[in-house]
Amino acid sequence: MGTYESATSRVSRMLTMVPWLLHRQGIDLARAAEELGVSEAQVVDDLQVLFLCGLPGHYPDDLIEASWEDGRVFVGNADTIARPLRLGRDEALALIVALRALAATPGLAEREAIDRTLAKLEAAAGEAGEAADQVRVDLEQPVDADLAARIRAGLTQRRRLHLRYTSASRDETTERDVDPLRVLSVDGRWYLEGWCHRAQDVRLFRLDRIGAADVLDEPATPPEELPERPVGAGVYRPDPQDQAVTLDLAPGSAWVAEQIPAEEVSAREDGSVRMVLRVADPAWLIRLVLREGGGVRVVEPATLVTAVREHATAALSHPAADAPAG
Amino acid sequence: MATRSTTGVSPAAAKTERLLNLVIALLHTRQPLSRARLRQAVPDYAQGSPEAFERMFERDKDELRALGIPLRTEPIDPFFDDEPGYRIDQREYALPEIDFAPDELAVLGLAARSWSQASLAGPAAQALRKLDAAGLVRDESSVAGIEPLLHTPDPAFEPVRDAVLSRTPISFDYRGGSADLATRAVQPWGLTSWHGRWYLTAHDLDRDAPRVFRLDRVVGTPQRQGRPGGYAVPQDHDAVAMIRRSTGEDPGEPRQVVRLRVRRDSAASLRSRGTVTPAAQEGWDEVELTATSLGRLAREVCAAGPQVQVLEPAELADLVADRLRAVLAAHGGAGD
Repeated sequence: MGTYESATSRVSRMLTMVPWLLHRQGIDLARAAEELGVSEAQVVDDLQVLFLCGLPGHYPDDLIEASWEDGRVFVGNADTIARPLRLGRDEALALIVALRALAATPGLAEREAIDRTLAKLEAAAGEAGEAADQVRVDLEQPVDADLAARIRAGLTQRRRLHLRYTSASRDETTERDVDPLRVLSVDGRWYLEGWCHRAQDVRLFRLDRIGAADVLDEPATPPEELPERPVGAGVYRPDPQDQAVTLDLAPGSAWVAEQIPAEEVSAREDGSVRMVLRVADPAWLIRLVLREGGGVRVVEPATLVTAVREHATAALSHPAADAPAG
Repeated sequence: MATRSTTGVSPAAAKTERLLNLVIALLHTRQPLSRARLRQAVPDYAQGSPEAFERMFERDKDELRALGIPLRTEPIDPFFDDEPGYRIDQREYALPEIDFAPDELAVLGLAARSWSQASLAGPAAQALRKLDAAGLVRDESSVAGIEPLLHTPDPAFEPVRDAVLSRTPISFDYRGGSADLATRAVQPWGLTSWHGRWYLTAHDLDRDAPRVFRLDRVVGTPQRQGRPGGYAVPQDHDAVAMIRRSTGEDPGEPRQVVRLRVRRDSAASLRSRGTVTPAAQEGWDEVELTATSLGRLAREVCAAGPQVQVLEPAELADLVADRLRAVLAAHGGAGD
């Protein structure tokens, strides 16, 4: 733990640690540290404080026993604090809100197990859980329950899926064989991450763009060595080799800078934003510019400005009535 | 067993030790303990002067209560309530014994791992440790391969969360739709994550009306402007409905029939929303669908550029043409 911990929050942590250790006598120190989310040195420090504590009188028999010889942890004579403190407000909030968000996604996780867990958790939390009603996470409904259940079946049974998928950038539908790796949600949207045999690479498929999924008889055989795909920053993967594009965003379209990783973003006083980003295939960017109705303006390269102009002109030159197309 | 020595203990460690001894003493006793008894029971208290003990004990009591520990003040003798005594009731203190089934523990683990930022990931992990103190077996199969990720990246998240939970009025600088910076004063009602963004729904005190705020448009740190619990949240408060209306995604608008001409092999997402029939023109299809928001549909039609034409209604055709002209003007083309 790199941050400073006050004595009070340390007490809270240790009151949780003692019951936890009491039920895991002889646990390996390194493993205890990892599961407790602290360093080994911190666990040792905590144990050293612990055995100065005990019942009033503080005779030898009153004191808590704590040892960590040979890297195995033992705690004893701590009956008074053998039960953890009730859940606090933020603790109850964190679990209840997350569980309710999961409960609202049909087909992906066992709804019945989540409901049971929520009921028990709300009972365990008591009053501390009431405030959880004021905070809510709305995870987008991914797909119909039947489709989600098939994707889950592919995951749990480790079988290949055949997907009909509509990509966002080109708005075209393709059929692909995919070995499912995991289902995850990022920015409120659900994605299936899988090994795509057509692309011979790991791909993220937005669940609401999967038109159909069939579970095949073949087992999933993703390659052994797969690159770890951090999704903390979202789902775009820019490449320094791609072409640099400069955009001007009006205040109403400034959200684009928030959603897409860029090389440079500079916000101006009036709320407008200039951003520079790398683009491999500009098809999705042209769609974005057309969609935003002037809110996103391509500054350079000139070839892209021309492309936008040509697309917009072509779209405008169609008559809106039932006349034969040119 | 290692030797027990109190030499070289830092003040912070000494305080931790003192607070733990106080908790143990208060939990262990059946009868409320007087100040005098506590002064003897906890080694640190006996060492200083009586005044130092009084001050220290008052602070310690407050800090334990702030942790959620139910530290009771009760008269020692029910007939003479001049002398206060202190204790912690074991049943009030302890987490109820709840038996979680193996798959329920796995679900809890999943929920705890969902938070990516420390402000809720820390409390979630601690909650899981408390619930699973008994170290039961987890059955992960019901949650295998599912990884929800809940972000709270906005710096304003923690202060707003605290204000929502404690019902404390706050003020903050906010960059509204027109991008002007203004100070807003509100009574927070709800905090909601929707489509990946966090929103505060609240009663706006200056406008005397409900308003929706995006947390990523809050500038700086929100400040408390009153005491907690000073107002009530309306019973029928529906945060998601409020947010939908404010972002223009209102499902309440009447549905309209829309007809489009779509080039073959294009605009797959528009096709999938309606019925498709071949058009009279070679290489084109007609798509008929219903839409609740022409504004949103206009954006999608524009995105498809020359691949999609609007046949009806005229209102939609005008919206699309206006947007496209604006794009043209922004890129050096003739406005029309």
